[in-house]
Amino acid sequence: HLASSLPLPSERDHLRPRIDLIVFMIDITSKYSLKNVETSLAYVDASFFLGKVCFLVTGVGRVNACSIETNAVCKLGDTYCSPVLFCELELEGTRIATAQRLVRMLGICAGHIRGVSALSFVSLMRKSDDD
Amino acid sequence: EKADPQKTAFLLRKAWTLYSVTPLYRFRRARLREYARLLGAFIAAEKQKGLAVEVGVELDIKVALSSLADLRGSELDQAALLVQLSSRSRASSRNSEDKPVWSGWFCSVFGDDLSKNVPENFTCLPLFLTHGAESYTSLVGSWFQKTFDCCFRRLAISPLNLSWMVAMWAGCKLDRAASAVELVFSVPRLSQPLDISYAIHPEDAKALWDTVQKTPGEITQEEVDVFMDCLYAHFHRHFKIHLSAAKLVKVSTAVASAHCDGIVKILQSQYLPGVLMLLTELAISQIQ
Repeated sequence: HLASSLPLPSERDHLRPRIDLIVFMIDITSKYSLKNVETSLAYVDASFFLGKVCFLVTGVGRVNACSIETNAVCKLGDTYCSPVLFCELELEGTRIATAQRLVRMLGICAGHIRGVSALSFVSLMRKSDDD
Repeated sequence: EKADPQKTAFLLRKAWTLYSVTPLYRFRRARLREYARLLGAFIAAEKQKGLAVEVGVELDIKVALSSLADLRGSELDQAALLVQLSSRSRASSRNSEDKPVWSGWFCSVFGDDLSKNVPENFTCLPLFLTHGAESYTSLVGSWFQKTFDCCFRRLAISPLNLSWMVAMWAGCKLDRAASAVELVFSVPRLSQPLDISYAIHPEDAKALWDTVQKTPGEITQEEVDVFMDCLYAHFHRHFKIHLSAAKLVKVSTAVASAHCDGIVKILQSQYLPGVLMLLTELAISQIQ
């Protein structure tokens, strides 16, 4: 399901299937996309931040079109304990690899993989000096 | 360090194309005359080969290399190196003046980040600025690359760096009336390209920056973000357009203007070192 911002329209709540993973897409050439994601985050239930949220930064192939500092995005990932993936959609190779990665993550979040749950992502996010 | 304004006057009000240059190997300041002669011979030879730069008129290109001792940040920086190409038409009389045809200069303003890590025998002048025909730029560049084993790359300026520049320069104090602060945005993904030009009264821009900046002389990314967000919010209030979703391609202030393709024009001599310091930093980060 694709949405340009949150919250999702409430009229369709009863028709919507369970949401297993939320991928927030940030275009590195658009400051607006970062602001949009930051405001949308407020509408996400806290339980999602246990491994069911990830940030996908696109457009990273074009270093000279950066409107956002990568530090700002990484800080966002840290604040919300969620992974940050970087990808360049225009390049087929990385686009496919990223899509496969997201599908694998989705499978884990939906509980389709035995022995691994979304909570595993959270423990992977913790830095070694936390322990 | 203040450069002599008379010597540096020729740098102002010209559009300079920016390049980053890796350190020059075995460059000797004492041999400038010889280098000028060699470069002149190289250009003449290339023209003989048929890579003519000017069609029709027969031109002799004279090369002059000089050092600009004042153009540097600290004693750790190398003095700037100026390359000037001038022409004298063979048809005109012997007393006719040489016409400047192309100029380029290498400089380093507070470029210690690069120079401190570089072995001896290497001269660090990471910023290269050119004005004149692209064909001369590539001739001069090729000669320097062959002679000093260095590498030139066009220096593009990202929207992030452009917003840093406009915030810094809009906040500069100026004696006389300043021109408007202008930001030009290009809107992507439309069937026909659209450019939006946003002009702000210079006093309003400076007043805004003064409320944002906490410590004079210091600028943080947060302060630049707040400054830009205010400008975007103001524009959105009036036109319902999110400039933050567009690409910032050019900024103009009374101090200097910069374009994302790596073209800069410096208008005020008192801020020349500051602008060059910022550009040197960009050049160094492109090299590293």
